[in-house]
Amino acid sequence: MKIFHESAAYHVSGKAVYIDDIQVSDQILNGYLYTSPYAHAKILKFDLSEARKTNGVSAILSYRDLPGENQMGPIVHDEPVLAEKSVEFIGQAIFLIAAQTEEAALEAKKKISIEFEELPAVTTLKQGIEQNSFLQAQRKIEIGNTEKALKETKNTLSGEIEIGGQEHWYLETQVCLCVPGEGMEMKAYASTQNPAETQAIIAEVLGVSKHQIEVETRRLGGAFGGKETQGNHVAAWAAVLANHTKRPVKVRLQRDEDQKITGKRHPFLIKYTAGYNDEGLIEAVDLELFANAGYATDLTMAVLERAMMHAENAYFIPNMRIIGKPVKTNLPSNTAFRGFGGPQGMIGIETIIDIVARKLQKDSAEIRFKNLYGIHDKNITPYGQKVENNRLFMLYEQLVKSSEYQMRRKDVERYNAQNEFSKRGLAMTPVKFGISFTTAFLNQAGALVNLYTDGSVLLNHGGVEMGQGLHTKMQQIAALEFGIDIDLVKVNATNTSKVPNTSPTAASSGTDLNGMAVKIAVDKLKARLAKVAVKKLAELQQGLNFVEEDIVFEKNAVFSSKYSDLKIGFQQIVNAAWLERESLSATGFYSTPGVHFDRTEGKGQPFFYFAFGMAVTEVEIDVLTGQHHVLRADILHDAGESLNRSIDIGQVEGAYVQGLGWVTSEEMKYDTKGNLLNHSPDTYKIPGVRDIPQIFNVKLLEGAPNPTTIRKSKAVGEPPFMLAISAYMALRDAVSAVGNHKLEPDLQLPATNEWIVLACRKLRNMLMC
Amino acid sequence: MKKITLKVNNESRFVHVEPNEILLDVLRDKLGIKSPKSGCERGDCGACTILLNGESVKSCLVFAIECDGMDIRTIEGLSEKGLSELQESFIKHNSFQCGFCAPGVIISAAELLEHNPKPNREEIKEAIAGNLCRCTGYESIIEAVEDLVSKK
Ligand code: FES
Ligand code: FES
Repeated sequence: MKIFHESAAYHVSGKAVYIDDIQVSDQILNGYLYTSPYAHAKILKFDLSEARKTNGVSAILSYRDLPGENQMGPIVHDEPVLAEKSVEFIGQAIFLIAAQTEEAALEAKKKISIEFEELPAVTTLKQGIEQNSFLQAQRKIEIGNTEKALKETKNTLSGEIEIGGQEHWYLETQVCLCVPGEGMEMKAYASTQNPAETQAIIAEVLGVSKHQIEVETRRLGGAFGGKETQGNHVAAWAAVLANHTKRPVKVRLQRDEDQKITGKRHPFLIKYTAGYNDEGLIEAVDLELFANAGYATDLTMAVLERAMMHAENAYFIPNMRIIGKPVKTNLPSNTAFRGFGGPQGMIGIETIIDIVARKLQKDSAEIRFKNLYGIHDKNITPYGQKVENNRLFMLYEQLVKSSEYQMRRKDVERYNAQNEFSKRGLAMTPVKFGISFTTAFLNQAGALVNLYTDGSVLLNHGGVEMGQGLHTKMQQIAALEFGIDIDLVKVNATNTSKVPNTSPTAASSGTDLNGMAVKIAVDKLKARLAKVAVKKLAELQQGLNFVEEDIVFEKNAVFSSKYSDLKIGFQQIVNAAWLERESLSATGFYSTPGVHFDRTEGKGQPFFYFAFGMAVTEVEIDVLTGQHHVLRADILHDAGESLNRSIDIGQVEGAYVQGLGWVTSEEMKYDTKGNLLNHSPDTYKIPGVRDIPQIFNVKLLEGAPNPTTIRKSKAVGEPPFMLAISAYMALRDAVSAVGNHKLEPDLQLPATNEWIVLACRKLRNMLMC
Repeated sequence: MKKITLKVNNESRFVHVEPNEILLDVLRDKLGIKSPKSGCERGDCGACTILLNGESVKSCLVFAIECDGMDIRTIEGLSEKGLSELQESFIKHNSFQCGFCAPGVIISAAELLEHNPKPNREEIKEAIAGNLCRCTGYESIIEAVEDLVSKK
């Protein structure tokens, strides 16, 4: 049976409540920011006295007015709530304004007097590298002896590739509504992927204990990692203003402001050297990954680490050295974004393979296939974890057939031979993505399940619904485990007072972790109900032997597997349990077993399992204008035994298209001062409906249950994002056709029209020489 | 401040507006019609799409004062007598994920079907080309409309 998104009826009727839709009293104030116009400057002095007199303005606050810590850095305390002596990026918050209207706030802003002394700023990744501007010491992962292998290998290649950032462009911008309660209480309705951390940061900033702060999150209008830590910022600002004015305060960033001041996907620079034999087997790879962290740490070290752990993607490389360096720049602090470094990490090795194929004049799919991780051997990752339950060969075999890869390769060649100014490209790329937080302690989750005497179930868990269908899956799990109809189960808004101390809903782990916690709580309740059932069944039919182990929950009823004719309704048994004074509320707690990683050694078992996928993309480019489109994409993705096929397919399609944006159109342009130039949708292009593949075949891999997870399913949020790398590789293939695949195309990522024209022109010029 | 009358989802309503007030804000903040969303405030995302005298417009680009006496429809209005077939079809196809774009997308699709009950795939795409969705990749949205049309 097809299960629909638990909020679908609300979505389509306009009744779904997002934070900006919450009805509040007329007392509400809106919070606004006064931000830095400089990428790096000293604040010499400021005076707020005139501005504070503005009509309709209730408060203007500087760092001096903060009751608690001036900190909102999630891991390292290097992000002030409000700048003190200096500013480190354009858009950094310096003052907060609570006003009745935007006009009043603008009026007040004009009256603020502040003096800066501009300082030299690092506004690009390359400048940061040149100036040795690093956030922390480098990290390293190595297997084999890379230096030696590179000396002995037959062929080598080296180069570098620049990878652009990406704006999350969640449709709902960052927003938080804070409502003060009695004493020091504060309730925050926050658009956050991490309510527990939002609670912690509000508590610290207000200088109160966490139990005073309640954070509630019904649903997010999209997040994609952008609200893993950065939803905390608006929450901290709203809380400070609400606390100061003792009135409800909402801070909602406007689109342009959001794009200018929040962090994005980390831009990377990858320097590579690789050694390979004449068959195309990669023997050694030496990589340096530079991540543009922005001005503060945020999640950069974890993002960099995941990039390093995905630098070999799905390939066995016996000798590999991966160095990761976090570069500090005067830009907003870059942050989590679907894939969390994985996509950037994979671009290096996929580019290497693409080049190897061209050098050996072989089809790139063949070279990819040759280097895939093995099933019985050649299956150890650079960080020492064995690749188990490898689905790569299953995927490859099925996808080569269903996508008609071989035939289409010939068609593409024919097309290219016949057309001078239009070229096609085809590429097949795999994804192997590690599932778990690489920071081991985060792999935990809690749930609270309440049964009511009418048989209805209220489910609370620590995960956040941001569109991915997590609540739907949790509802399904509870209904399946209880053996009841799905509409008997309601999932509550995520709330820190119901399930405390939770991890962010991130790393694609929401279903794995919370699903297990839900099951554990349900199992506890079922054990209690089974006890009552044994008693009640015996009362119904004396002389039969009922034992708890035989009790089955199915089709809204409870019965013994030995005497399945004798049934008691689910509602009746719940009510009976209440009369028997059994507790009808239970918590569940789950922590992923066995995951660990030693950062100094660069070794461990960071992932519980791997998710796999493969995609074939065909593109067409106009050599003279650089315009390009995706003619066809075929995807086969491994979601284990999918909990909800339709939701999982939606995740795969959405992720691929988002990835397509990253590799083709979403270019961020800065001026030399560090100003983001394209901070609105008319200049920053996320994929629209006309940009999706003309033919789009998305399938889930069948018959590949995941042995160790909830209902044998697999995490599906992030892995398919990286399937879009096939589109980038197909574009390289198309550009390379301009030089008859003899010359190396120079194509940056994203491969915008502009870059494609330049790359084609370069090849045409080289041909003419 | 000027008093204007708007017919919102078949209900006639008075509201006082300043000359520079945006229709989207008036609907959301003064009339409590929350389905049109603010996604960009500059006419690029389509989250605020409504029907104004039967034509889809981006309500973030319209001054409320210019709409005196006009007819406004939002998706709250489409579902007054239960969900429409179109809305049902979106549910059945799990067309939306976060749902933030849904009110705008549905208005665009409803307008299309009013004028063209049998649109093809290209026409469907054309109709929702002004609506950005960051979650779905659009495929599930197109399918829901195609499926509905094929059953007619
Ligand atoms: S808010 Fe009106 S088009 Fe984006
Ligand atoms: S469903 Fe999230 S933006 Fe469309």
